[in-house]
Amino acid sequence: MELYTALRHFADSWGLLGMTLFFIGAVIFAFRPGSRKLADEAARIPLKDD
Amino acid sequence: MRFGTEIVAVGLFAFAALMGVAFAADEPFRQHMWVLFFVLTAATVVLIRRTSFAPAAPADPSAYLDEPIRYGVIATVFWGVVGFLAGVVIAAQLAWPDLNVEPWFNFGRLRPLHTSAVIFAFGGNALIATSFYVVQRTCRARLFGGNLAWFVFWGYQLFIVMAATGYLLGITQSREYAEPEWYVDLLLTVVWVAYLVVFLGTILRRREPHIYVANWFYLSFIITIAMLHVINNLAIPASFLGSKSYSAFSGVQDAVTQWWYGHNAVAFFLTIPFLAMMYYFVPKQADRPVYSYRLSIVHFWSIIFLYIWAGPHHLHYTALPDWAQTLGMVFSIMLWMPSWGGMINGLMTLQGAWDKIRTDPIIRMMVAAIAFYGMATFEGPMLSIKAVNSLSHYTDWTIAHVHAGALGWNGMISFAAVYYLAPKLWNRERLYSVRMVNWHFWLATLGIVLYAAAMWVAGIQQGLMWREYDEQGFLVYSFAETVAAMLPYYVMRTFGGALYLAGGIVMAFNITMTILGYQREEASIGARASVALQPAE
Repeated sequence: MELYTALRHFADSWGLLGMTLFFIGAVIFAFRPGSRKLADEAARIPLKDD
Repeated sequence: MRFGTEIVAVGLFAFAALMGVAFAADEPFRQHMWVLFFVLTAATVVLIRRTSFAPAAPADPSAYLDEPIRYGVIATVFWGVVGFLAGVVIAAQLAWPDLNVEPWFNFGRLRPLHTSAVIFAFGGNALIATSFYVVQRTCRARLFGGNLAWFVFWGYQLFIVMAATGYLLGITQSREYAEPEWYVDLLLTVVWVAYLVVFLGTILRRREPHIYVANWFYLSFIITIAMLHVINNLAIPASFLGSKSYSAFSGVQDAVTQWWYGHNAVAFFLTIPFLAMMYYFVPKQADRPVYSYRLSIVHFWSIIFLYIWAGPHHLHYTALPDWAQTLGMVFSIMLWMPSWGGMINGLMTLQGAWDKIRTDPIIRMMVAAIAFYGMATFEGPMLSIKAVNSLSHYTDWTIAHVHAGALGWNGMISFAAVYYLAPKLWNRERLYSVRMVNWHFWLATLGIVLYAAAMWVAGIQQGLMWREYDEQGFLVYSFAETVAAMLPYYVMRTFGGALYLAGGIVMAFNITMTILGYQREEASIGARASVALQPAE
């Protein structure tokens, strides 16, 4: 198969699926149970130091 | 010996530039190498005059390295005024073509000077300075790499000078926002890698376990710009001592590479790192944490995953395959969500402190910046829709859109950051004048409104005139007629730009006086209300 066609097929199949799964995983990870406390602490990082 | 290696290295490069003058393959390259030679020779002389043979005191590893940031703030203000001035000049040239002074100062050469000056010189210096400031405070670690941060600062200024003088000499590779030729591109690549090393090294030796979200935005900006810059500028020089090169791509692939770069310059240079500024400076100035930290993380990943695909919307109705155009359009429309999520996150950080918009002009600037971000990121996806684009493309509507974003969002958030940083970096109790910040705010806002309104009307009128057919199927207007119809709008635009420039000059004065340690005697903003509320006797 021509390189262009091969890359295109990869991009709209496994590449797309992989990126979508990574993105969904990142969102789920951000909102996992117990993340609120850690996030609230992280949000205060700039206010700790001048 | 202080600057020992630097003196030898800069001196050698100055000599190499002189050799470039001697053996140049073309006249513009020869002139450009003269510029480089004089700049590097001057730098060598300055370094020699500032050297000393006393053993240098070791740097305190617990103290932050702030001197390059101070230089960066000054450079931001300076290049900002230069870039706005260039913008006013080319706006006037469009209204009054007699102002084109050939060959160095005609519109074709000054226009890339304006775009590069505001994006890369003003915006870039603001980004480098604020990223160095934010990464140290949020990692609680000194900048990595010692004097490498100085190399980043001065190397970047050299890039700006070489790019700007190259444009005036007529050296260009004609790629939007990437006009400098191959040898200047190589310089920027080296500087950018050093920037990445300083930033990433600082993150790696952080004493704060979590990497604050602003640093995620900055880091993605540095990495992605490196990738975009290198791939977009892949070119074969016609001669190793000449100013001409040919792109590694051809035809529509060249076009889509160019706009993959061009749109991501908007995304990863003008949006994502400025959001990093928002995530640090808005909480600091409002003295409260960001509205939702988890939303900021979702904001980050969604904007990263979507933005990189939006470039093809610049090539609607061209030779680009239809599926690629539709892909660019769909991803642009999907960008609505993360853009507005981020905007809401920034604005809602002020929850419970909304009165600060009245009393604190810096907060007012930040809120205006975020509001303009919201407007520009609403308009952008709308313009990317093919049907809308068929009316708006190649018209001044695009110019209106770009300037609402650049003047409103990038400009205002950078001004706010500069006003925040100046008293902190120079250990001043406060700015020279807070009321002058308010003046700056209103001059800039009025300037943007005049500018954008004029260009919106001009753009839509242009688009409608271009596509107007009579009943026999002939075009109603010649192109020259549509140009002539633009005159009133171009004059109005020039006036709006001049107001914005005036605001920049007010800022330059205010920051200079702050650095020199003066304080203007003035009533504080918002204090008048309490005086007026005295009970009657």
